[in-house]
Amino acid sequence: MTAANPLRDPRDRRIPQVAGPCVLVLFGVTGDLSRKKLMPAVYDLANRGLLPPGFSLVGFARRDWEDEDFAQVTHDAVKEHARTPFNDTVWQQLSEGIRFVPGEFADDAAFDRLAQTVAELDTERGTGGNYAFYLSVPPRFFPDVVAQLKRSGLSSPQPAPDGRRPWRRVVVEKPFGHDLASARELNEIVNSVFGSDSVFRIDHYLGKETVQNILALRFANTMYEPIWNRSYVDHVQITMAEDIGIGGRAGYYDGIGAARDVIQNHLLQLLALTAMEEPVSFDAASLRAEKEKVLSAIRIPEDLATGTARGQYAAGWQGGVEVPGFLEEEGIAPDSHTETYAAVRLGVDTRRWAGVPFYLRTGKRLPRRMTEIALMFQRAPHLPFAATDTQELGQNALVIRVQPDEGVTVRFGSKVPGSAMEVRDVNMDFAYGESFTENSPEAYERLLLDVLIGDPPLFPRHTEVELSWEVLDPVEVFWREHGKPEQYPSGSAGPPGAQALMARDGRSWRRL
Amino acid sequence: MTIDLTETTTGAIEDALRQARLRLGGVASGMVLTLVIVTDEGEQYDAVRAASAAGRQHPCRILVVIIRRPKERSRLDAEIRVGETSPGETLLLRMYGPLGQHADSVIAPLLLPDTPVVTWWPGAPPAVPAEDPIGALAQRRITDAAATDAPRQVLTTLAAGYHPGDTDLSWTRSTPWRSLLAATMDQPYGTVTGATVRAEEANPTADLIAAWLAHGFGVPAATEVSAGPGITEVSFGTSDGEIAITRPDGRVAHLRRPGQPERRVALHRRETTELLEEELRRLDPDEVYAEALAMLRPQLVPRPM
Repeated sequence: MTAANPLRDPRDRRIPQVAGPCVLVLFGVTGDLSRKKLMPAVYDLANRGLLPPGFSLVGFARRDWEDEDFAQVTHDAVKEHARTPFNDTVWQQLSEGIRFVPGEFADDAAFDRLAQTVAELDTERGTGGNYAFYLSVPPRFFPDVVAQLKRSGLSSPQPAPDGRRPWRRVVVEKPFGHDLASARELNEIVNSVFGSDSVFRIDHYLGKETVQNILALRFANTMYEPIWNRSYVDHVQITMAEDIGIGGRAGYYDGIGAARDVIQNHLLQLLALTAMEEPVSFDAASLRAEKEKVLSAIRIPEDLATGTARGQYAAGWQGGVEVPGFLEEEGIAPDSHTETYAAVRLGVDTRRWAGVPFYLRTGKRLPRRMTEIALMFQRAPHLPFAATDTQELGQNALVIRVQPDEGVTVRFGSKVPGSAMEVRDVNMDFAYGESFTENSPEAYERLLLDVLIGDPPLFPRHTEVELSWEVLDPVEVFWREHGKPEQYPSGSAGPPGAQALMARDGRSWRRL
Repeated sequence: MTIDLTETTTGAIEDALRQARLRLGGVASGMVLTLVIVTDEGEQYDAVRAASAAGRQHPCRILVVIIRRPKERSRLDAEIRVGETSPGETLLLRMYGPLGQHADSVIAPLLLPDTPVVTWWPGAPPAVPAEDPIGALAQRRITDAAATDAPRQVLTTLAAGYHPGDTDLSWTRSTPWRSLLAATMDQPYGTVTGATVRAEEANPTADLIAAWLAHGFGVPAATEVSAGPGITEVSFGTSDGEIAITRPDGRVAHLRRPGQPERRVALHRRETTELLEEELRRLDPDEVYAEALAMLRPQLVPRPM
């Protein structure tokens, strides 16, 4: 037996890392995420040749389906949502490995059939006993599923005849709980069966190219890091705006709200990557150590009434369409206190960031869909120009656009052409789409492949999740005990309280 | 739109480009690289088509060098295509007379600043691409031995004249195969004692794969002739038995290894556009190609058919 594969040369960047033989077991195949993201991502990976020969996909759901029915559902999802062109040969190969197991999570017999199905795939298609379980189901089902995986022996691999130990991995989606206590509980349930190295928490933002580029921008260059601190940065704005409402997700959304849905995971992760110190290397452990350090240094405002804001979208016009308010949405109680907009000012208690506020905001039914991190720099200490010449000069800014149009914008003052010395803001722009001959992989593709390869850096560990809840929990408690969300018209930039939050600090939000 | 300039100069071409941009509303920024294609009137259509398709998502400036009638007096004709037809800018530069010997003097002023330059010879390449005046302007030089009348001889010549930054599309064609082979050998196997690559006659990609395997495993790797299409089989002799990947139809590969069920995987042959896309992705020297090419030199000379 050979230890290293002589055909794998780290200098050979043409050959992609391909997942080893394995089965992906998908729980919750009837959900939106499965159809719109996961199935297409599986196909796109296959089409790019990144899945191993024999790769198999097993669906599990409470549906009276045969293998062919599930294959058909997958086929339709792929045709509609895949990013790469549909290729019959690729589909043929993929569909040969598609199986379906009908059943409920409480049904022992169904899980025994699942165990049998994957065992058959091992002999028929040589998947080597390696299974990834993707739990695309609400967290309340986790205890059942995890217990069943344990009971049926699916979670504990038997050593292969050649002595190798096949792997088991479990993939979970946000929300990772709804507060610190429930996050710990969920974690204990999953960890009671799967080791913490086998648990992959998917935060699809971390699969995005720009987010990973934050690290390249900061640590591969010399010109940004010297000004990436309190001496030059005035404040930081991290925004995730959505133009849509809650759609059909009332059941999930009511009681959760914008802060738990977005700030706890996406925005705090973006904050961590923006504010963290340089990791000693880019392995998972070093990255995690720096992220955990900065998350644990986050300080919430002393006065939560003035340091936070929340709102609910009211009926109005968004993007030229008349839309109902949150309280009128189907499935939402008319007296619901769930917020659809949340903003908070956070501090980071480190030498680098002392005194620099980080403003986080997210909301639904805002004017457009946009996610960005904006570092707003201090004004020049002295301007050798007449005041009228610099009237249109704003703050210098470095904006990392996460979506859409992934890229980076630098905003700075420049002389206006003409005989007068007038200075006005201009943009310097880097767009991912225009700067490389490579295409950015879709976030789910990247993350799914990382799960199958077993590469953990892009997945948050439970410590990060718990630290994030520690930041958010006091805010949620305060909100629960004090007042209710303000109304803001759909299609507007958010509630008045959020504007007031900034105005009190003598600042304003960037235009959405 | 298409602008035709006859008996022109690079200065006039730049002016025309600038005006075209103004008229189209500023498409100047965001071009990723300059691709110089050295070709002739007969091949230019296919080459430009493949390059434009490869550049569809990532606009680039394509400079097509067409040398014509070396005996005439020097003259430069330019055909500029911008806007609707292609995402970037395509310039067909026809050089007559002695000017054909100084094509680099036309190309150099038209290269985009601060972006990489790639030269591609879709047909017969110069013996030493890096020493060719146009090749010398580029950081990557793409040749295609398989497109010539004598692929294996051309590849040997290219191997002798290799400089970092050279690459050949017959190497690019090997990527899906090499990727599958590397994935196959990620799984445990016995001691490898030898390898065989079967392919259609005069297939330089088969030679390169054999050389790459021989270099990786330090064992002899033979090439044998089959009916095709392209490469039909790669097999390893190991102490545990034979590991073989066969692809009889140019589309689906069958993977057989001792004690395991046969597995199938899609492995299609690729179009020039896809090959070019892969090449343009990489802008630094390819050391692995250099090593495979170096292995090739002694063993390439006559081979029993």
